[in-house]
Amino acid sequence: MGNSVGIVETKYLHIDEPLILDSGKILQEYDIAYETYGELNKEKSNAILVLHALTGDAHAAGKHQITDKKVGWWDEMIGPNKAFDTTKYFVISSNMLGGCSGTTGPSSINPQTGKEYGLEFPVITVGDAVKVQKKLVDFLGVNKIMVAGGSMGGMQALEWATTHSDMVEACIIIASTSKLSTQAIAFNAVGRNAILSDPNFNNGNYYQCENQPKRGLSIARMVGHITYLCEEAMQNKFARRFQDKDKPDFDFNIDFEVESYLEHQGKSFVNRFDANSYLYITKAVDYYDTAQGYGSLEKAFEDSHAKFLVMSFTSDWLFPTYQSKEIVNALVKAHKDVSFCEIKSPCGHDAFLLEFETQTKIIKSFLNKVNHLC
Amino acid sequence: MLKQNKDYGKTKGLRLNYKIITELVDENSKVLDLGCGDGTLLKQLIEEKKVRGIGVEINQDSVITSIEKGLSIIQGNIDEGLKEFNDKEYDWVILNQTVQSTDRPDFVIEEMLRVGKKVVVSFPNFAYWKVRLYLLFMGRMPKSKILPFEWYNTPNIHLLTINDFYKFCHKRSINILQEIYMTRAKVRHGVLIKAISNFFTEEVIFVISK
Repeated sequence: MGNSVGIVETKYLHIDEPLILDSGKILQEYDIAYETYGELNKEKSNAILVLHALTGDAHAAGKHQITDKKVGWWDEMIGPNKAFDTTKYFVISSNMLGGCSGTTGPSSINPQTGKEYGLEFPVITVGDAVKVQKKLVDFLGVNKIMVAGGSMGGMQALEWATTHSDMVEACIIIASTSKLSTQAIAFNAVGRNAILSDPNFNNGNYYQCENQPKRGLSIARMVGHITYLCEEAMQNKFARRFQDKDKPDFDFNIDFEVESYLEHQGKSFVNRFDANSYLYITKAVDYYDTAQGYGSLEKAFEDSHAKFLVMSFTSDWLFPTYQSKEIVNALVKAHKDVSFCEIKSPCGHDAFLLEFETQTKIIKSFLNKVNHLC
Repeated sequence: MLKQNKDYGKTKGLRLNYKIITELVDENSKVLDLGCGDGTLLKQLIEEKKVRGIGVEINQDSVITSIEKGLSIIQGNIDEGLKEFNDKEYDWVILNQTVQSTDRPDFVIEEMLRVGKKVVVSFPNFAYWKVRLYLLFMGRMPKSKILPFEWYNTPNIHLLTINDFYKFCHKRSINILQEIYMTRAKVRHGVLIKAISNFFTEEVIFVISK
């Protein structure tokens, strides 16, 4: 446990004032689930906000109990002497608005009705999620902030850098994009359709029902997992091997290892995620476009004082390198300080949660530069 | 793909080359270093001349080494052009020991001239007398400290001579502002060397503009 943040606790912040959402609707009050690692310095300038991907939560590092089998989702990157070095930095992680791990979302109780929101929950955007994170950061007394995230987390980092340009000192965008490709939106649409057409979905009011829309959510997750891998990664992992047998059964049960893998991923996902949250968050991701409201991506970055680090992965076809290059090119055109590295990896989009060694080297050096530690 | 002339990186010649380029570049200027390798020159320019600089490099390991030096580096292929950079945005654009390994040297140089007020191009002179003798007597593709590769694995796919470069600049109305000749890790001065520089120079640094 020498380089672990150790035992951590998820905390909750209740905000009792209305939040005006991008849709025009209002969320009267809300909770934010968050964790912090390391100490905030006297100047309150060493905070790093890490932003989770589609189905992540506030638990980014360490364990909740010593007996926990799993550590936080970015444990390899957050801790003493790790990429986000908790001996130097105060790391903050929170659950995204609309999620289902402590921050208010469709599975939370609507104080006006005493029942779960379900589809009564307003449609949210990445911008709305950042407004909520800003409340948390202000509550923690942070003056200057560094933001970092992969995939959807990278989109939130971009949103931070553009909407809180005076506050963001550094912005790390990993395997991300300023806007989803048509293809990526299409995959999200398939996932949502799987949920919406599950006979147990019941128009989002399934929380008190005996049967939950598990099949739909699990199919959505299966589709997701295909997009997180790549052909090479799948070939390496499963090839065309049969699952626990050496010949096919000539029926429609699981034959191939890859089928078993997807089934397993789908099934384990439904135990930790809410179908409505999946609808809301994928929608927020689909809507996101950094340039919207600015005219161009270059203009969006105009007021930013941050130093930027952008990383992509060679085999990531969901958030391909050209999308990272678009961000980099706009930053260069806007005369911003930016570094970019396309990391060789056979792991597809998942690489940002797997290729720790290279990312650690780059992020450490980048943060040293930003904080004048080199 | 651009490879670096790594062996050459350790020689006295490269240290001299860095020193000369560092002397050329103005203090507090804005510099773009193309094919910046491990970032040694850019770091030197930032430390000694207080320049604001950014590097472009294709090789992932070199990009990481440069970032570890605290530099701002963009991984990219300069053969694809410099479209993210605005016209005349940089005081100096440097292409050090790399022009001969680009796919389209003419396009790359024109792009540099578009983006930079002054452009530094350095390359090994293929008309150096030792290179000529190597080919003449050995009958094989010349190899030397500065050209250490075999014909089949060399990144130097567009080798050129000083006279080739003069002609290139003349044809395209490119101004030659300065030229520095180096042989055996020393700068060579004098009228004689200028007149027959193409024969006696191992490596050359040009400063050009348009």
